[in-house]
Amino acid sequence: MLKLDARVPGGPIEQKWANARFEMKLVNPANKRKYKVIVVGSGLAGGAAAATLAELGYDVACFCFQDSPRRAHSIAAQGGINAAKNYQNDGDSVHRLFYDTVKGGDFRAREANVHRLAEVSVDIIDQCAAMGVPFAREYGGTLANRSFGGAQVSRTFYARGQTGQQLLLGVYSALERQIGAGKVTMFSRTEMLDLVVDNGRAVGIVARDLVTGAITSHAAHAVVLATGGYGNVYYLSTNAKGCNVTATYRAYKRGAGFGNPCFTQIHPTCIPVSGDFQSKLTLMSESLRNDGRVWVPKSKTDTAKHPDQIAEDARDYYLERKYPAFGNLSPRDIASRAAKEVCDEGRGVGPGGRGVYLDFRDAIARDTEERIRERYGNLFDMYERITGENPYRLPMRIYPAVHYTMGGLWVDYQLQTTIPGLFCLGEANFSDHGANRLGASALMQGLADGYFIIPYTLGDYLARLAGVNSAIASPTSSAFAASEDLVRARLDRLMNVRGSRSIDSFHKELGHIMWEHCGMARSAESLKTALEAIPKLREEFWRDVTVLGDRDSFNQSLEKAGRVADFLEFAELMCKDALIREESCGGHFRVEHQIDGEAKRDDDRFCHAAVWEYAGEGKEPVRHVEPLAFENVKLATRSYK
Amino acid sequence: MSDLNLTLHVWRQRNAKSPGKMVTYKVTGVSTHASFLEMLDILNEQLTAKGEEPIAFDHDCREGICGMCSLMINGRPHGGQRATTTCQLHMRHFKNGDEIWIEPWRAEAFPVIKDLCVDRTPFDRVIAAGGFITANCGSAPDANDILIPKESADDSMDAAACIACGACVAACPNGSAMLFVAAKLAHLHRLPQGQPERMHRTQAMVTAMDAAGFGNCSNHYECEAACPKDIKRDVMALMNRDYAKAALASRDRETKSDGSG
Ligand SMILES: Cc1cc2nc3c(=O)[nH]c(=O)nc-3n(C[C@H](O)[C@H](O)[C@H](O)COP(=O)(O)OP(=O)(O)OC[C@H]3O[C@@H](n4cnc5c(N)ncnc54)[C@H](O)[C@@H]3O)c2cc1C
Ligand code: FES
Repeated sequence: MLKLDARVPGGPIEQKWANARFEMKLVNPANKRKYKVIVVGSGLAGGAAAATLAELGYDVACFCFQDSPRRAHSIAAQGGINAAKNYQNDGDSVHRLFYDTVKGGDFRAREANVHRLAEVSVDIIDQCAAMGVPFAREYGGTLANRSFGGAQVSRTFYARGQTGQQLLLGVYSALERQIGAGKVTMFSRTEMLDLVVDNGRAVGIVARDLVTGAITSHAAHAVVLATGGYGNVYYLSTNAKGCNVTATYRAYKRGAGFGNPCFTQIHPTCIPVSGDFQSKLTLMSESLRNDGRVWVPKSKTDTAKHPDQIAEDARDYYLERKYPAFGNLSPRDIASRAAKEVCDEGRGVGPGGRGVYLDFRDAIARDTEERIRERYGNLFDMYERITGENPYRLPMRIYPAVHYTMGGLWVDYQLQTTIPGLFCLGEANFSDHGANRLGASALMQGLADGYFIIPYTLGDYLARLAGVNSAIASPTSSAFAASEDLVRARLDRLMNVRGSRSIDSFHKELGHIMWEHCGMARSAESLKTALEAIPKLREEFWRDVTVLGDRDSFNQSLEKAGRVADFLEFAELMCKDALIREESCGGHFRVEHQIDGEAKRDDDRFCHAAVWEYAGEGKEPVRHVEPLAFENVKLATRSYK
Repeated sequence: MSDLNLTLHVWRQRNAKSPGKMVTYKVTGVSTHASFLEMLDILNEQLTAKGEEPIAFDHDCREGICGMCSLMINGRPHGGQRATTTCQLHMRHFKNGDEIWIEPWRAEAFPVIKDLCVDRTPFDRVIAAGGFITANCGSAPDANDILIPKESADDSMDAAACIACGACVAACPNGSAMLFVAAKLAHLHRLPQGQPERMHRTQAMVTAMDAAGFGNCSNHYECEAACPKDIKRDVMALMNRDYAKAALASRDRETKSDGSG
């Protein structure tokens, strides 16, 4: 039976983190090298954790499935990273960042964690600058900031349109320094396929060497998962192709509670799907909505016309019409749903009618093409490269796409999951973002977790372990052997189906089910439809999938098949979670729960995090709740009208 | 635009030890809107349907930033379109009936793992040797305590844009990694934070580069033309100057210690 103890320290919210740190036990510096820690993931969260733990003296092993830790998906983040520096003197503070994040998350995150995140945000910028991250600067040499959605202050730090890349390269360089010094052993092209739990504690992992196909066991005193988000359950998303749920889902099956799996974020401005060959979707930064105006034709009959032939009064600038106060800068969840709505009405543009215009005509007329090029040149080029259309002449076509997952493994204040010794960081945990994440806050959270939180909380866990030597399991022990057997049997099973359908065809079909029935708008009916369709598809997968190549060598099909198999199980958990949460909040929109087309939260029944416990093969998972108390930010309805 | 039917000549190689060869495939019904990698996805689906093992190729972000994709396309890294990675190359630049040659990076230091995938870990080893600023977590001063002129930050960012795809090495007749190494050095040395370790870093990374089996630079500058991130050759001039200085300084140090010892 799962026990949910958030272990939130006492004292006023501003003091909690300081109090917690003081109460933590410390590991004797001379003993640190005797403790072995596994970090799965080399993105902002995992890479920062691995490097920092090694700096402290622990013996670290770090894993990633790409060929180099520098290629983790964090590399793709564009816009920026938030921090409560108040360098602009515009009224920002730790408290305001805390407040914006709790409210932006639609009151479904734990206050104490969010406050800590806001506190350490300022240290992150200092650390990154010291490591040579080339943040944008003003002429006088100070750091520059920009604004992002959901905030009235300018607190976003950036490095051109490549903030994630530059932050990750900072993390990667620190990690490589420790690898060079022999403090971190790096396992790239290695995929974790199981968590090993012995006597109720996480004691290691079983992984597959993706080059040789060898299955290997790795033992440690503690395991840290920082394996990113699961947006690819929808097949099409802005995530990199390799992003997956395997590590966290395997941990769930070993007893880690999974928090709010249905909370996903759909980003309103992505390049639309252009055909069924489509393999991923590309984000167009939110910043474009500062100057671009979103519209569709008022009449269905105009959708096939060239946009120049649609007169001003035949255009519906629907965001400006429906949300006059925020207009084109309405928050992500609201702008996404509005786009879906007009397309559902048959007024969408482009192939399949799944697109809306993002038009820079007026901005170009007002500010000149030159100014617009200065601001968005990179993005316009990227758009043209992908679509073959020139956005200076023709309005961009955009459509919402799956972007981020707020759900993840449940963690307590120490970032420990429900399995002692198993910690979870970054997008992989159920996060500080509640039901909706604000722009530029994921990078902040990843680095906060990795640089400034886990080094303390993991130390406390290790210091409380009995004796150093007695605590480490042997990789040859029976728990590891059993786990290796399971992993091999599963790989064999995948190889031996020898059916007729490709792996991608199943993944695409699953994505379609999830997008239609558990996407931007969900209803009891659609979710029930999905809950019927998914098990059928899964059954067909195990009967008819074809995986070519060998088990014991480099085999990208086998890698993919394993990930899709996990998605096929996990998708069901998402739908169950969405079905039971009979309210609308943030990215979770239940059509039955709305007032005048806007989300209607139900704080009486759902002011909690849902945490799912695996109950065994074929058994119903058990839903637990962590009640959320709002003592510092008053529960209120979000309004953008 | 109508769909394309193409003839592809693709390098197939089981593993590092076995010899490889070019194999010819027909791929049909490729939309001109598809990306080059989506064209390979389509081919792989067609191969799978016939029970033939799909072609292995590296990729991840598919938006030109992770540096995972590669490929020599008709003899040119990433297909030769300016400032474009293979994943961002689109099929509208090809014609119906085209023949396309697709090979892995060819470089001594990057052995083939399978088909079109190569081992680029030597890049990581070069970074581990010195491609960092020593600043333990928690030791940093306030970020605005060190002012950095906008021009320096911009110049540093130009060099920091490198995605470590390896196109420079693949383009170079000698398989040199000069552009990659010099870009990292320029990123760090155009910032005040990079100065304390400047000479040591330059020497350590150049030594690691030589040890990793990369060739020498003989000023062909094919690397610059092939770089999907438009990294400019001037970073190499900076590196050469620093390397000469560092070599001199370390000789001085040696002479001094000889004298005293
Ligand atoms: C296009 C795009 C733009 C974005 N822009 C922004 C932005 O401007 N600001 C912002 O704050 N956020 C942004 N985000 C969100 C943000 O980038 C991510 O949430 C964040 O980087 C996740 O970091 P992470 O360290 O948790 O995981 P990741 O960076 O995804 O790293 C996951 C790591 O885990 C490894 N891994 C996964 N599974 C396994 C396994 N089974 N075995 C071994 N290793 C495994 C991977 O190899 C990788 O190293 C953006 C996201 C996208 C998609
Ligand atoms: S796949 Fe990431 S750069 Fe091409």
